[in-house]
Amino acid sequence: MTRFSAATLLAKAIGHHKGWPAQWPDAAPKPSYDAVIVGAGGHGLGAAYYLAKKHGITNVAVIDKGWLGGGNTGRNTTIIRSNYLYDESAFLYDHAVKLWDGLSQELNYNVMYSKRGVLMLAHNVHDVQSFKRHIHSNRLNGVDNEWLTAEEAQAYCPPLSIDPNARHPVLGAALQRRGGTARHDSVAWGYARGAAALGVDIIQNCAVTGIRRGADGAVEGVETERGFIATRKIGVSAAGNSSVLMDMAGLRFPLESFPLQALVSEPVKPFFPCVVMSNTVHAYMSQSDKGELVIGAGTDAYVSYSQRGALHIVEHTLAAICEIFPVVRRMRMLRNWGGIVDVTPDRSPILGKTPVKGLYVNCGWGTGGFKATPGAADLLAWTIAKDEPHPINAPFNLDRFRSGRLIDEAAAAAVAH
Amino acid sequence: MSAFRLPGRGRIDVARPVAFRFDGKAMTGAAGDTLASALLANGVHLVGRSFKYHRPRGLLGAGVEEPNALMGVDRGPGRHTANVRATTIELHDDLTVETQNRWPSLGFDLGAATNLLSPLFPAGFYNKTFMWPRSAWETLYEPAIRRMAGLGKAPHAIDPDRYTARHDFVDLLIVGAGRAGIEAALAASASGERVMLIDEQPELGGKLLANPARWDWLAGALTRLDDAGVVCLSRTTAIGLYHDGFVGAVERLTDHLPPATATGPRERLHRIRAARIVLATGAIERPLVFADNDRPGVMLASAARTYLHRYGVAVGKRVALMVTHDSGYQVAFDLAEAGIGIAAIVDSRPDLDPSLKARASDLGLELIPHAVVIGTHGAKAVTGITLAPLGSRQVRKIACDALLMAGGWTPTVHLWSHGKGKLGWDEALGAFVPEGEMDRVTCTGACAGAIDPGHGVHAEALWSPRDPASFKAFVDLQNDVTARDIRLAVREGFRSIEHIKRYTTNGMATDQGKTSNLNGLQVAAGALGNTAPQVGLTTFRPPYTPTTFGALAGSAKDALFQPTRKTVIDSWAHAQGAVFENVAQWRRARYFPRASEDMDAAVARECRAVRTGVGMFDASTLGKIEVVGPDAAEFLNRMYTNPWKALAPGRCRYGLLLGEDGFIRDDGVAARLADDRFHVTTTTGGAARVLGMMEDYLQTEWPDLDVWLTSTTEQYAVIALQGPRARDVIAPHVEGVDLSPEALPHMAYAEGRICGVPMRLFRVSFTGELGFEVNVPAGHGLAVWEALWAEGQRHGITAYGTETMHVLRAEKGYIIVGQDSDGTLTPDDAGIGWAVGKKKLDFVGRRSLARPDMLLPDRKQLVGLLTDDPHYVLEEGAQIVDVPNAPVPVPMIGHVTSSYHSPTLGRSIALAVVAGGRARIGETLFVPMADKTHRVTVSEPLFYDREGARLDG
Repeated sequence: MTRFSAATLLAKAIGHHKGWPAQWPDAAPKPSYDAVIVGAGGHGLGAAYYLAKKHGITNVAVIDKGWLGGGNTGRNTTIIRSNYLYDESAFLYDHAVKLWDGLSQELNYNVMYSKRGVLMLAHNVHDVQSFKRHIHSNRLNGVDNEWLTAEEAQAYCPPLSIDPNARHPVLGAALQRRGGTARHDSVAWGYARGAAALGVDIIQNCAVTGIRRGADGAVEGVETERGFIATRKIGVSAAGNSSVLMDMAGLRFPLESFPLQALVSEPVKPFFPCVVMSNTVHAYMSQSDKGELVIGAGTDAYVSYSQRGALHIVEHTLAAICEIFPVVRRMRMLRNWGGIVDVTPDRSPILGKTPVKGLYVNCGWGTGGFKATPGAADLLAWTIAKDEPHPINAPFNLDRFRSGRLIDEAAAAAVAH
Repeated sequence: MSAFRLPGRGRIDVARPVAFRFDGKAMTGAAGDTLASALLANGVHLVGRSFKYHRPRGLLGAGVEEPNALMGVDRGPGRHTANVRATTIELHDDLTVETQNRWPSLGFDLGAATNLLSPLFPAGFYNKTFMWPRSAWETLYEPAIRRMAGLGKAPHAIDPDRYTARHDFVDLLIVGAGRAGIEAALAASASGERVMLIDEQPELGGKLLANPARWDWLAGALTRLDDAGVVCLSRTTAIGLYHDGFVGAVERLTDHLPPATATGPRERLHRIRAARIVLATGAIERPLVFADNDRPGVMLASAARTYLHRYGVAVGKRVALMVTHDSGYQVAFDLAEAGIGIAAIVDSRPDLDPSLKARASDLGLELIPHAVVIGTHGAKAVTGITLAPLGSRQVRKIACDALLMAGGWTPTVHLWSHGKGKLGWDEALGAFVPEGEMDRVTCTGACAGAIDPGHGVHAEALWSPRDPASFKAFVDLQNDVTARDIRLAVREGFRSIEHIKRYTTNGMATDQGKTSNLNGLQVAAGALGNTAPQVGLTTFRPPYTPTTFGALAGSAKDALFQPTRKTVIDSWAHAQGAVFENVAQWRRARYFPRASEDMDAAVARECRAVRTGVGMFDASTLGKIEVVGPDAAEFLNRMYTNPWKALAPGRCRYGLLLGEDGFIRDDGVAARLADDRFHVTTTTGGAARVLGMMEDYLQTEWPDLDVWLTSTTEQYAVIALQGPRARDVIAPHVEGVDLSPEALPHMAYAEGRICGVPMRLFRVSFTGELGFEVNVPAGHGLAVWEALWAEGQRHGITAYGTETMHVLRAEKGYIIVGQDSDGTLTPDDAGIGWAVGKKKLDFVGRRSLARPDMLLPDRKQLVGLLTDDPHYVLEEGAQIVDVPNAPVPVPMIGHVTSSYHSPTLGRSIALAVVAGGRARIGETLFVPMADKTHRVTVSEPLFYDREGARLDG
């Protein structure tokens, strides 16, 4: 692996950049692997990277029906935060935030993690109660999150309107300063490059068509468009299509898939310094390094595998954005797209073992998977390597839907993930 | 008239000069000009700077494909629009524009230093550096990158313009009013169908507008369409094609007018539902990829033709052409006939059409076949080109002041692709064309690939004797993506066109690749050793061109952002000086301060009034659902945890609604009006959700039940009279109901009249006092309220708001769903397990209540908390621990859900959920705040009138 640095960039510039090697080879499947990860998004590639890096399991393949990073990794609004209410969630997401910090150096790939701060707006008494509850819980869990008055919130984010006569006036905000954004594609590419350098095969355009199980029920491998691949350990990390894959192993999963839309504006000079989210008015926004406003809201109302949404969702989202930030009303939408998010009954992920021996799953992240990328990847790798969950992801088991030990952040807080 | 304006040509009116300002400089154009044509007429070729290298740029095109000439348009305070293409700005008096992304000026831009350092900034450079030291990314590198990035000015003032929207329903929608679109409209116009023809340009006609020979036909056709009643909309861009024949389109209404005369909405969103859609969106000419192909004066050949015929402007005085496609010749001939010098026609193809050769010869044009341009000269405008025969190093220089490129045509298939239409590769066109069928949608004309291919050649980039890695041949002009950037991406393992796009940013600029996608694909295919169709195309996404946020937000702003629901008594509360709060969509009176009272003082007074006399409360926002039908009781029995079948008419019951997960979703009192009729109430915020949930079950799970559901929330005003003297207030006004405790005990229901109007009377209480909830038809609500208010004066009646309601119910330990419960509490957790019918076979959520975790003793349970310091009111949301001063992460066992000063008790009280809470009653726990840890004692969640005797008053 050619180490990335300003010095190598300079050296390669002299040769017109002809000397750069491929960041990862486009591998063809081998007959067997020690572990196969299905889904080459940030989570899956990261899991392969950590399997190789931390657990010494390098005979690993990551397979994807399309191109790596082409699913929700490349479609999300890149928000990173960990100010979750319950201990289980706070530890899970904060594990990720700790890994985000230093990920560029770990991977020698600038993923542009930018701690710009995530500001969550409270618009009514109920919001205030809910956010205060989060702040107190976060403080006792060692997760940064602080209360700002409306004036302080505006000082932190000057385009914010705190007009007391607004339909939904801002009564205050919760700020997580360590929250922020990262460059989504770079995360997938950085993990792909890092994993490939450690010996992982990244196999693209290779859809899984079946999961083969032996007489004892344990997995024996995956059937793919490009032939059978034998393995004793399969990690499924396939977002909106996870339930389809689990079905191949004979498992019904409590997942529903919804379209989730996002959009960007044309680029303008920097004026929007952080990430702002409003659950009551229902939208969120940040400004990318390129200058585009990156905007999202909730899912479309109906389950679908269509990676496009309806115009009225965009209308509502932009009305909400203009309500909170009236100065952007004359800006222009450049591009609007959709992804498929997989949602569990308690809106928390499923990350751990399954009833099928050798089959591990990482799914159900709903609208909030990007922020968890390094953490989910690390924990999936641990679970696969040790054949048991790490204490952090142990609560996020499939069994909770049977036992009732749900981790329902949305119900608890009415806060969009 | 300037040296570049051609008398007698174009559709402009030179007799009507138009004054405008460009970067502060006063200039003049003609009515009918775009800013682009006016600048060309003024001899201005330098119109912008590129995104990354700040290279000087001129006009590439004449339409929405333009990547270079982006302007900031200033129409007054709050009316600055960034990144507007000069080719789409209609010239009008007082037009004020400025160029972008340059400092201190367009001519002298210090940012151009990046061009000198460009070898260090290939595609993806930012992934490879800025990592050391770690902290410098946020403190140094990223701020610097952000300052360099961004194109137009950031907004800083609120746009005062209005935006509007309408729905259109048509039999046939035609998008694009060029020849194909107009012909489609003519064909349909006799059918009697509702036909709508929309086009993004100010004039209908498309490329016909650049073809004077067709102007008579165009005028006649438009007249016929008008006569036939076809709705023709210009300045209307179809931004996206959605499901089921739905097209979003934005009509620009005022930007073409001088600011002083512009009135009415600025833009209108059309939501068009069409039975059939014809896409006649045309095609866009492709540039060619060669060294320094970005110099001002290097332009699409078709654009030069448009400037000539439509605007009467010469793009130069000595024009060279680089063509790989026959369509370039017609441009050369037209220019020559207009008296414009043609320096040479360079054609990469060895064998040329004899008729074209003959025509060139007739016009005396130099034709150089089998050769390519390998470079351009000049600083801020092209002054010449270098060309070489293919495969040869015998270069030749030619002087010129413009270079036109004819690289073939790319069908505009964006909308087709929005609808997930398939594309197929057309080898003759060197482009993707619509393939297969789509419900409701067809393509016609150039959009469908009906373009004379003219023996075009479609190379990835023009050949050069130089090392292709040694020069910049631009593919995406706005984002400064060069062919070598794309080859670098491929070299680095980016093999998918989506990867290449994202790594290089090709096609991600504000033009979304209208001139760069195909060329980028061809370069990538060459580098990959694949064919273009093997590599495939990136996905087209809406909108077709950038769309104003305001146009999509429409009138949903300020008070209209979301309706504020007000009760019929709201005006009375307002007049009384109530302080309001938002609860769901409702505005509710929170408290009624007198004189200088603050909230605490007002609430204390209101509470005392209810406990000792009588209070009056507007409960109209409570959700109300009329459940009617032979199976109404069975239905409620299945929805709610409680048993309903035995409830007698004239009686009420507290109902508890769970989700399938067994957690509390809503609650409310329901009365049985008759065997087959219930009046069900819900929480204020839950009304729509509960109705939706009921309908969902009724329609999908139990369609056999004979039940109808009707929302009656707004049909009734609800006036709550609470307190020992409540009966005294209503008694004089009630007819037909025996109000005595024996005839109408707690949880009874009766119908009668009050103040002469029909009344549904509930004897219920959310305060713990004797209480009545008077439901009257909403139209009579205010009159009844005022009559009771007047009556109450003799009894010292006091109006109270939601805050007092909260305190009173907390003293009694009545939960508020959504505050004390949060979607994780079971009935037993909330201490209301008595509301679950133990003998019932089933109800929503019953199965989940049997899950193992639901039965654990350490579940969080509702309890009361009393602080050691009776004056300290705990903060709602504060966490509870059993070990003070534990290290982080501190184990938390619950949280405070409701907390108030209780005027009745003269001390603070709180409700909380605590793990295993009911077994901890009497224990000391701790509430650690940032500054201090508070000691609390766990109590029953009931602080007042434990026996409930007051309810029976």
